[in-house]
Amino acid sequence: MRPLRFVPDNTKIAFMKFARPGFYASIAAVVLSIGLFFAVGLNYGIDFKGGTLIEIRTEQPADLNELRTTIGGLGLGGSELQEFGEPTDVLIRIETQEGGEEAQQNAIQKVKDALGPNVDYRRVEVVGPKVSGELARDGILAILLAFVAIMIYIWLRFEWQFAIGTVSTLVHDVALTIGLFAILQLQFDLTIIAALLTIVGYSLNDTVVVFDRFRENLRKYKKMNFDEMVDMSLNQTLPRTLMTSISTLVALISLYVFGGEVLRGFTFAMIWGVVIGTYSSIFIGAPLLSLLGAYVDRAPTPGPGDNQQAEIAQP
Amino acid sequence: MLHFSKLKAFVIVGVVLMAGLMAMPNLLAEKSRESLSDFYLPSQALTLGLDLQGGSHILLEVDVPSLKDTLEKQLVGDVRLRLRDAKIRYANLKRTGNGASVTISEPARADEGFTILQGLSQPLDTGLFGQGVQVQEFDVVRNGQNITLSFSDGGLQTRIGRAVQQSIEVLGVRINELGTTEPTIQQQGTDRILVQVPGLQDPARLKALLGQTALLQFRLLCDNQPQGAGGTVPLGCEELQDKETPGLLYWVQTSRSATVDGEDLNDAQTGFDQRTNEPVVNFRFNTGGAQRFCRLTQNNVGRPFAIVLDSEVISAPRINEQICGGSGQISGNFSTQEANDLAIVLRSGALPAKLTIVEERTVGPSLGSDSVAAGFSASIIGLIGVLIFMVISYGLFGLFAVLALVANLTMILGVLSFLGATLTLPGIAGIVLTMGMAVDANVLVFERIREEVANGRSPLNAIETGFRMALATILDANITTLIAAVILFGMGSGPVRGFAVTLGIGILATVFTAYTVTQLIISGWIKLSRPKVVPL
Repeated sequence: MRPLRFVPDNTKIAFMKFARPGFYASIAAVVLSIGLFFAVGLNYGIDFKGGTLIEIRTEQPADLNELRTTIGGLGLGGSELQEFGEPTDVLIRIETQEGGEEAQQNAIQKVKDALGPNVDYRRVEVVGPKVSGELARDGILAILLAFVAIMIYIWLRFEWQFAIGTVSTLVHDVALTIGLFAILQLQFDLTIIAALLTIVGYSLNDTVVVFDRFRENLRKYKKMNFDEMVDMSLNQTLPRTLMTSISTLVALISLYVFGGEVLRGFTFAMIWGVVIGTYSSIFIGAPLLSLLGAYVDRAPTPGPGDNQQAEIAQP
Repeated sequence: MLHFSKLKAFVIVGVVLMAGLMAMPNLLAEKSRESLSDFYLPSQALTLGLDLQGGSHILLEVDVPSLKDTLEKQLVGDVRLRLRDAKIRYANLKRTGNGASVTISEPARADEGFTILQGLSQPLDTGLFGQGVQVQEFDVVRNGQNITLSFSDGGLQTRIGRAVQQSIEVLGVRINELGTTEPTIQQQGTDRILVQVPGLQDPARLKALLGQTALLQFRLLCDNQPQGAGGTVPLGCEELQDKETPGLLYWVQTSRSATVDGEDLNDAQTGFDQRTNEPVVNFRFNTGGAQRFCRLTQNNVGRPFAIVLDSEVISAPRINEQICGGSGQISGNFSTQEANDLAIVLRSGALPAKLTIVEERTVGPSLGSDSVAAGFSASIIGLIGVLIFMVISYGLFGLFAVLALVANLTMILGVLSFLGATLTLPGIAGIVLTMGMAVDANVLVFERIREEVANGRSPLNAIETGFRMALATILDANITTLIAAVILFGMGSGPVRGFAVTLGIGILATVFTAYTVTQLIISGWIKLSRPKVVPL
């Protein structure tokens, strides 16, 4: 059987021609995302905001309006109800109660008393004000730490121009994911931080592959024009970039459709991240390199990223 | 590069088979799993996380103000005792909010008093820097006749640490009484305790057991009793609530001599009252407690006393005769379970301080099993999807890649089982994600081989060059993702950590299987079929 080729061989797409408009569009999107983050804000889950989350399953399809009245009448402050996957499943979110950690526990009891015995409590999560603050701090710290660690790694393996290129694509990917969550007002909780970090890892993977090829060509074709070389490298790695993205998307879509409601936010973020990450490694990372290219040392000395050395460097 | 020595090939196949053996217990029922160890085979299966099997994750924090309160009360008592023993007269003994202060009445004996009170401050082992640094528990300061004892920072920290350790022991006893399987109780940070109990239907009972300080006291009532709320509490008395009836108040004596503490209990058991057949708790004092209780009842026959649990009055019976047998009974309109739980907390002893629940995550068994089913079908369908995609795109080589992927999944499961790791729902997501990304290494190699073929290399040469040129890229690409996984592991808690673990192990397994195992398969295939063209 002759394998199908999803991506034709020897493409000669002039990526650098699209790079400038793509670059500007991306900057605009990042600025917009940051603006949205500050103007609209994220719909934080209880992990970061504190509060109580209760997932219930009722015997009959749930009457959301009735439930809203019941829960709203308990005097627990702001509460939100939404259908969760099935018509019988309802997610109830209650804001942090005044009066310390014990008040949160009392709130659950009130809800349980009000809903009666014929309800299956599938999930109860309470995050006190103290812990939610710590989780938020840790989340931000983790992402910053990841950026720094990755930058150092890339800088060691490549040159500083590459490190700037990579981290720019990462900032881009994270910003756009946050922007999407701000626009759609999807719940932003701990699993989304996990998704963001994985997106960072994935997008980096993509960018590194392009950069690797770029470095190889840099040594092979010493006289070629920089933009041409970026184009050539991108075309050479395009089949791989797309194939990997598609296979990852296949797995992710399976997870999104069949993996259950609890994971859906995470999977959604990941799917978006893979698409964005693929785009950014082509349209952000590479053009930036071309921009910084004047500073790249093209001397033939075997650099720290030479293949022989790479084989010694085990993970 | 394509030539594998027999030994090397043997090792590679051996590693995969080993992983397969380690993963095998997961496929077997629990009974046949146990018999595996008879044959010296690994018998450990994956533990399902609380989000998959249902259960409660409860994070408790030692309430520092309440601990301080207890310590201050003790301190004031100790100061009183020491000065009285030395026959030094004093005045103004009081709590300062961070210790105690006292005024020695005779200026001439202030020096002596100061030395005696300094003796109260024990050097504590902080155990901070391995060697154990000693800090003084209190700073004792003298200002004329005035002596102040205040907790030192190090002293307080050490006390909190001890309270955490004690609480873990007490909670262990209490949770074991619930008869659940494999609860874990561990310290988190300096002042927190994480309790994880799988498979519990009703966390309310667990929380009640965890949250109860369970300080039991027998205290004499004051002569006057309140006629409703708002009365002025007489000197030497304290106003306490009834546990059952809201609004019912008691005035209870605060003096130590009118109090017997329940920490001197030897045993507590549920029983039934012989007359009313109501559930009650029978308890037995140790020798010291029995003597004190005997003395208290002897001197106060005919007067009422209160049984107080955590500052709430359970009941207030009258002392009909002296009780010197060392045992007694608590009745208070209990249900059987309430009596049971009271017996449990009394047996386990009191917590050194109040514990508050700062985080709780409980997953019911129905959601847990739904998640397992969903995760399982998502994995299978994802695998089939990747298989179809790879075979369509790369034909025979695609099939090789999927074989390597199956080896990869086996290794992930094997290593996770071997490490005794916990599989969570995000962990399953990590595995599915690994499936999608694992073939990346193969894609890199295959695309490279295609290019080399297009460059006019012979099939063998192209395959060899393809593998060699792709290696650096594969390592770079995976190390960066590994960095993300490690950081995630470091910051994450519970389920998110499970994701980081499977992602990290997945990456390591990927580098091995997608590169080495595929290479071995292809080299075997070359030997067998001696291809004239590369089927890509």
